[in-house]
Amino acid sequence: MPLYLNDDQKMLQDSAADFMKTEGGVAHFREFRDKNCKDGFSHALWKQFAEMGFTGILVDEEEGGLGLGHAEAGVVLEEIGRNLTPSPFLTTAVAGVEALNAGGKALRDKYFPGIIAGETVLSLAIDEGAKHRPDQIAMAATREGNGFKLDGKKQFVVQGGSADALIVAARTSGSAGDEKGLTLFAVDTDAKGLSRDNVRLVDSAVAAHVEFDGVVVDADAVIGEVDDGDVVLKRLLNAGRTGAAAETLGVGTGAMDITVDYIKGRKQFDTTIGSFQALQHRAAHLYSEMEIARATVLKAQQLLDEGAKSAELMVSVAKSKVGRATSLSVKEGVQMHGGVGMTDEYDIGLYMKRDRALQEFLGDANYHTNLVAEMHGY
Amino acid sequence: MSDLETFRKETAAWLEANCPPEMRQPMVDESDACWGGRNPTYKPGQKEWMDIMAEKGWTVPDWPKEYGGGGLSRAETKILQQEMARLKCRSPLSSFGIWMLGPALLHFGTEEQKKHFLPQIARGEIRWCQGYSEPGSGSDLASLQTSAVDQGDHYIVNGQKIWTSYADKADWIFCLTRTDKSEKHKGITFLLFDMASEGVTTKPIKLISGASPFCETFFDDVKVPKSYGEGVSSVVFEENRGWDVAKYLLGHERSMISGEGSSGGGSLGAKFADQVGRDDMGRLDDPMLRAQMADIDIELLAFRAMAERFGDTFKAGLCHPAQPNMMKYAGTEINKRRHELIMSAGGSQVLEWESEATNGGLTARSWLRTKANSIEGGTSEVMLNVVSKQILQLPNT
Repeated sequence: MPLYLNDDQKMLQDSAADFMKTEGGVAHFREFRDKNCKDGFSHALWKQFAEMGFTGILVDEEEGGLGLGHAEAGVVLEEIGRNLTPSPFLTTAVAGVEALNAGGKALRDKYFPGIIAGETVLSLAIDEGAKHRPDQIAMAATREGNGFKLDGKKQFVVQGGSADALIVAARTSGSAGDEKGLTLFAVDTDAKGLSRDNVRLVDSAVAAHVEFDGVVVDADAVIGEVDDGDVVLKRLLNAGRTGAAAETLGVGTGAMDITVDYIKGRKQFDTTIGSFQALQHRAAHLYSEMEIARATVLKAQQLLDEGAKSAELMVSVAKSKVGRATSLSVKEGVQMHGGVGMTDEYDIGLYMKRDRALQEFLGDANYHTNLVAEMHGY
Repeated sequence: MSDLETFRKETAAWLEANCPPEMRQPMVDESDACWGGRNPTYKPGQKEWMDIMAEKGWTVPDWPKEYGGGGLSRAETKILQQEMARLKCRSPLSSFGIWMLGPALLHFGTEEQKKHFLPQIARGEIRWCQGYSEPGSGSDLASLQTSAVDQGDHYIVNGQKIWTSYADKADWIFCLTRTDKSEKHKGITFLLFDMASEGVTTKPIKLISGASPFCETFFDDVKVPKSYGEGVSSVVFEENRGWDVAKYLLGHERSMISGEGSSGGGSLGAKFADQVGRDDMGRLDDPMLRAQMADIDIELLAFRAMAERFGDTFKAGLCHPAQPNMMKYAGTEINKRRHELIMSAGGSQVLEWESEATNGGLTARSWLRTKANSIEGGTSEVMLNVVSKQILQLPNT
């Protein structure tokens, strides 16, 4: 498969680009931010996502979705990133759906219709500390009657405030650090004993601290097999990380484009500052980094869609590379904008804040660099 | 089974049956490459491998058959490359004729020029060198002064080239010459002539690595015929239009050099962890070096994906024409970083310049060699200039 978008993907890109720009552009983002919306995104826009078919992008056709792959989900995510569109797409339609795809039909039947209709929101309850450490998950799920009782705390549950259900990773046996012994659950947020503390993040998204105080779920809530949650979690993480990389790519290229435009227009010393070699070389270096980042994201998506064994390595390469490149893009963006880059009026700072949040989502560049070393056996 | 699957199977079987065992050993350094030519130095297996591949047209698999190529489609060429890589078959022939002059002739040459020059290149009979840079014309190549004066049926060439790769071993040269002093870019002619001509001398330049892959090349009243036979002009394209050819070729050269970043493959950390040392967890025991190695592993895998994407988009005509400049920039900078880490991993051992243990300072010499990557074929700074002007459309001062 050539490493560029095929005609169908290009068409999807055109419609996603048009949709995000007109319906979910930066003006839309500012509107929801400024009214201090408690959910951090518009449910009406989420409905429109559904009308476009986006919410069912990873759901099989027989189950009412589009039956497409990570490459197509990435096309949508890149446009979300480029336009800073607030939505629960990544946690719900990409990582959440992919986790449910790894489980049984009953759970898919329970959640997919609502997701496809743009009514259901899913969030990921994975992290327990300030840094993403899925191998250290300690939250306990103990057998109780026909089901399980969950006790513990999760944080950085992005969009968790408005989520209808959480994909929860908890330990059913073994201890923190063991590969086996994890189990994944789909837990409705109205469950007794589940409480949420919603906090606004630097990028104006809302994330929840979730406390599980003896939350009882039936065995039906288990995604996949008990104690084999690592299998489901791996699928969720691969999808979520690749998706986050695609969204980050959109943030990075979006920031680069507005910066290059800005230095073409801004005049000092009687000339356009974009004619100065000091800025040209930095912009050209940034372009090079973003191009390489783009190749890694597409490669990771294609390998995942092919079901290739090497996909996981490339997912970490992509998350790490695009993370570093986009971090460079937003930092260079603010610097090249000069003083106005520090103002709320200009958009470049919004890109910087969005990038910072995406960096931490499912592992930052350092985390994935370490994984690459481990996968290479050193 | 599809035609391509059949082709892959047959290609693999043919390579297995025909590639000499020596040609399936990894190359140690540049001296292991087979260059052919009128005065060749072959190591065991090289000539057999070159000849049998040339017979199939597979020294230049994607050139048309009538010019000595294999006439393979893009997909078939990719399969051949993949199978050669999988079976660890070395490239049968290294050649500036294949990499540079061939593409120029295929694009700009007359039918007679193609029929005359290309098969000799494909068979490795003539070894070419490239006469571009001059002592006063490096990054500003179009300021070149080597003159070719029209004398009716021939030109008289005078001047000096520098950084001519393997000029002392080459049979012919493709050379940028000035035929009009009143125009900078439109006064340059792309000229082909024999290095054995009277008045041509070469002087190898000793580099910091100790090797001498480059020469100074002097032309002292060299007589260059205008024609080497019916329709076989010594000028490629038209007189005073050599800059068009040079620009086209620089694109090729840049994409070729850019590939160096992805060569050598494999994880650096995996390769060097045992040598450096491991901690109780089996991790490379110098955490900072480990982090840098993992970083460069990511850069290399990322650049490999970029190279694949560049190749795919280039072939499909979807690639920005200035993209090779970005590839050249990124690939050479990564390669330099990679060799810095290899030196660091080797510690004091690899400082030994002449010992047997280091194969004559091979690691150090290779490290020094890479410093030229971001200078030759257009410096990193020139690449960034081109990217900022042509791709980002940033204005001139």
